[in-house]
This record gives sequence, C-alpha cells and structure tokens, in this order.
Amino acid sequence: MSKGEIVMGALAPHPPHLVYADNPPQNEATSEGGWEELRWGYERLRESLSDKDYDVIIVHTPHWATFIGTHFLGIDSFKSLSVDPIFPNLFRYNYDLKVDVELSKAIHDNAADSGLLVKMMENPDFRIDYGTITSCHLVNPEWNKPIVCISSNRSKFYFNSEVMQANMIKLGEATRKAVEASGKKALLLSSNSLSHRHFTVEPEVPEDMSKEHVTNHNQYLWDMKMINLMRDGKTKEMIDLMPDFTEQTVAETEAGSLTWLMSALNFPNYKATVHAYGTVIGTGNAIVGWDPRKAKI
Amino acid sequence: MRDDNVRKGILVPGLPHPLLCPEKNEGWQRVRDAYEKARIEIEETDAEILVIYSTFWPSILGHQVQAYPEPEWTFVDEEFHDLGSIDYKFKMDPEFAELIVDKSKERGLHSRTVSYYGFPIDTGSIVALKLLNPDNRIPAVIVSSNMYANRAESIVLGKSIRDAIDESGKKAAVVVISALSNRLHTVEIDPKDDKIHSLKDHEWNLKFLEYLEKGRLEDVSQLSRQFHNEARVPKVVSFKPFWIMASIMGQNNLYDGNVLAYEPVWGTGSAVVTLTPAEDTAGDLEYDEDDPEFFKGDREVLDFYEQPSMGSLEERDGH
Repeated sequence: MSKGEIVMGALAPHPPHLVYADNPPQNEATSEGGWEELRWGYERLRESLSDKDYDVIIVHTPHWATFIGTHFLGIDSFKSLSVDPIFPNLFRYNYDLKVDVELSKAIHDNAADSGLLVKMMENPDFRIDYGTITSCHLVNPEWNKPIVCISSNRSKFYFNSEVMQANMIKLGEATRKAVEASGKKALLLSSNSLSHRHFTVEPEVPEDMSKEHVTNHNQYLWDMKMINLMRDGKTKEMIDLMPDFTEQTVAETEAGSLTWLMSALNFPNYKATVHAYGTVIGTGNAIVGWDPRKAKI
Repeated sequence: MRDDNVRKGILVPGLPHPLLCPEKNEGWQRVRDAYEKARIEIEETDAEILVIYSTFWPSILGHQVQAYPEPEWTFVDEEFHDLGSIDYKFKMDPEFAELIVDKSKERGLHSRTVSYYGFPIDTGSIVALKLLNPDNRIPAVIVSSNMYANRAESIVLGKSIRDAIDESGKKAAVVVISALSNRLHTVEIDPKDDKIHSLKDHEWNLKFLEYLEKGRLEDVSQLSRQFHNEARVPKVVSFKPFWIMASIMGQNNLYDGNVLAYEPVWGTGSAVVTLTPAEDTAGDLEYDEDDPEFFKGDREVLDFYEQPSMGSLEERDGH
C-alpha cells in the first residue's frame, strides 16, 4: 500500500448564511443571494481542488463541542435534518452523508496513543452539527466523498488557550500519521471563522448586504494580521499569536480547529492561497488553502 | 402562600444522567427523585403555563422563544451520546410565546419566536420537560439564553416575561435550567465516584443553597456576578439564571425555599430547588445592583453618560 497523504488543508468557515445564499435543494430556506465574496471564494477553493484526487474529507468542527475528550463519528452513514439553533430561519438542511469509520478509528487510536482522551460516537440517532454540514457542503456540494468528523474539545474553557493548542498539536500529528498509514488521500478542513463577535440583531432581510460589515475595526486588524501570516507562510508565528488573537477578537479559533490543521500540515512555511475574506453578521471569515505541493517546489 | 401569578419557581439541572441512568449513582437517583417531588409541587398549584429559561440554549440574535406547537424528535446529547437516545414530544403554547416576544419588544429587546419542525431543543429543556411535565399536562414555552446578554438585558427580559404572564391572566410556574457550579469532570469517571469538582465550587454551591432555602431569591440574584467569578467555568459572559428568575418572580426575598436535592452530576453542582411565594421570609439584605426597566442596546464604557434612559443607574451614579 502506498503512503497516504494530505492533498490540501483549508480554512473553511461555516456561516450557514453561505448555504442559505446559495439556495441548494437540500436547504428549506430560500434567499435572494448575499455574501458573494465569500461564496465566490468557496468557488475558487473548489476550483483549486478540481485537479486533486482525494478519498476523504476530514473536518474539525467547533459546533460539536465536547468537554470530555475529543470525539469521532463512528457510524458509516447519517441522514436527517439539521436546523441551526441560532439561525433556524436560514438553515434547515436535509443531509445524507457517509463516514470513513476506518480512518476515523485510526485517528482516534493514534490520538489515544499520544495521550489524548478520545471517544467514538456510535449512537445512530446522533444529529450532525450544522458547522460540519456547512463546511462540507461548500467544499463538496456533491457529497460524493466520505467524511471524518472530529469534535472540538473545549479545553480552553477549563484550562487556557495554551493547553488547548498543545492538545490540538497532538491531535494534528495523530491525524497526519493516520492518513499516511491509511494509504488514502485526504482533504482537511478547519471549520471556523476568525474574529467572532456577532451582531446581536439581524436585518429584516438577512441577505441585505448594505448592513454587513465587520463588528469593529479591532477585529478587522487582527484578522488581517493572521491572514498576512498565512500568506507569508509564517504559520508557527501565527500559532504563537493565536492565544492573543483569540482573546482579543473572541475568535472561533478557541475551538482548536485551525491549530489542529496547522499541526496536521506540519506548520506550513509555504504561502497559503487566500481565496476570500468577508464578514457574516459581523464575524470575520477567511477561505484559505494550503497545498502541500507548494512545499515540494 | 402569597397570591402571585407566578405560583412556583423551580431550579433544575440539565444534564441527562438523572433521566437516562439514575441507577448508576445514588446522587443522580436523588436528583431524579427531586424532579419527581418538584413535579408534584407544580401539580399541586393551578399553574397553566410552564415558562422555561434554559441556559443550555444559547442565542446570539437577541432572545428566542420556542413556539412550534408540538416539537417531536429523537434526541442525542452531543457529549453523553453513549447514554442513549431520548424520544420526545412536547406541547408548546405559541400564543404565549408571541406574547413574550411582544412584551420584550415593548421593553426594547430584540426578540423573536422560533417555530420550525426539527428545531434542536436543548438537552436541559428536554430533561426538564420529560421529568417535570411527562404527560404534557401544562403547555410550555422555552426561552433562550443570549450569550452576550449581561445583567441589565437579563433583568429586562425577566420583566418582559412577567409582563406576558400578567397580561395573559395565566398562572405560571417558572423553570430555570442551570447547574450551580458548572465545572465538569473532563475525564471519564466511574459514576459511583462522582463528586463536586472542587471544594471551592462546593462551598459556593452551599452558600447559594443556604440563601435559596431561606427564600432569598433576590439576594442570590444580586450575588450572581460573584458566583460567576468563583464557581463557574466562564463559557458565557455572565451567570444569568437567577437574574431571570428573580426578575420574573418580583425581585424580592418573599419565598418559601425548598432544596429538594443537591448532588454532583459529572462534577457539576446540580440542585433541585422550589420557591413558593410567601408573605414574609428573609429581609432585603444584599441589594445594591440597579433595576433597569428598558433596554437601550449595549452600553459601552465610553458612552455611559450618553445613554441616560436605561433604568435608574445613571440617575444615581451618573452625576
């Protein structure tokens, strides 16, 4: 068996607004559009994946928050309706997805070997979180690849960002080793926004783009700081800054997804491709790809 | 008993163990038994509506009120999925939910009903409704907990709910779903070995329970910021349940308190407490917080003096 590899890693945020704006048949709510910059950014990300042959999507998701270790989906298929608890008016999505349980279990086992507390989720009635569905839909709307879904352990709340990052670095290493041992080609998704202070009100027409902007200038400056580090290939520096960034912008990086991704990619020192930056109800969102082939050039 | 449209206030925890596996720990069973006693206390009133405020249901866009007439699902907790699935079918009161939204808007809050098939009702609300209202004898509403709301907004929300109760003419039981200390064991434990996560958490829980047993609800409300700093993992900006409960129930200490259980559930301080309006109990002992009537939006430090109309704080402290 040939060695498996990560064919690309991507920062793939999950505002349900982007699915709502796309009007896919799976979503009950319909819109007049909106958030085009980000949706076109996802188009560019998909285009960058069009020449990639991959077998599985591995997603680390803030909206499956666990406090007792990190959990993994452990059943081979799920079919149900996902309703966003925050934006139910926008996102009521009928999903039907497959899980690569073998790879899921392999990452679980590797993480356990590295000292992390882990658990397989094997209840068939479990409902998949909307973050996972949104990111996976926007990257692969055909849903023709199985996924591995990893919960976000919220050690930041119980300890601090540094503990969270240390755990996510271990989880990233465990993910990479499992992919390599599997012989599979994997696409990795960090399903999170950057700055994450929302508006607390919604326009009468949610897709009214005249109302959309970043919540405050501080968030914008911090988002740009992090994105420029990505563009410059300075991901270790970005990880070093992550606790401050997270604190200053109540960033969704608190969930650990981006730290996990950087670790799985072995902290890229090559330039990331920023496909888009835009805001959704005040939060900062970037769509960014890391192509390991660039490391080899 | 004092004649009040709110017949009973009930604090319950929301983790699923007392519903799904009480037999695994004697304390979990005592919490389960306490739910049963609270259910009987509610039944002995003439309450016509259950008003539920759940800290397990976070919202961002203002305040959401569940208004789907008969939500039905098979639910699995995202953390404790191995404990099993929970089938539920509940009965909501959509008209009352709309009334809460109307009253909230009158007081300046951003508020809306949610009425969608398949909406993910939270673990805490499911556990509470299954155990306190198993036959759906009393219609319910569920109110979300806005993650950014602080005290002024929470007090105004409570008053809005009270407005709705009074205007409807209905007798209500108010159920607040929250742990006291909320620090979970972050490792797997043998259920038999469950204990409150830390002595400090335990001591603060006991202090709050001492107050509640004496009916000092407003005092507990006023001490919520301190409790948040001392005994809570700060997942949200503030500890809101007693602000809401006290605000709905009249902001006083005139209650008969009944602590039906206090036990660890996976490390958290899990208490079942009922409060019944009384003529005379503890005095007004701890009051020093402001008492806003309307919400005028987020108040930043630097525009403190430019928003003179949100309650009485500015009149006392702004000059």
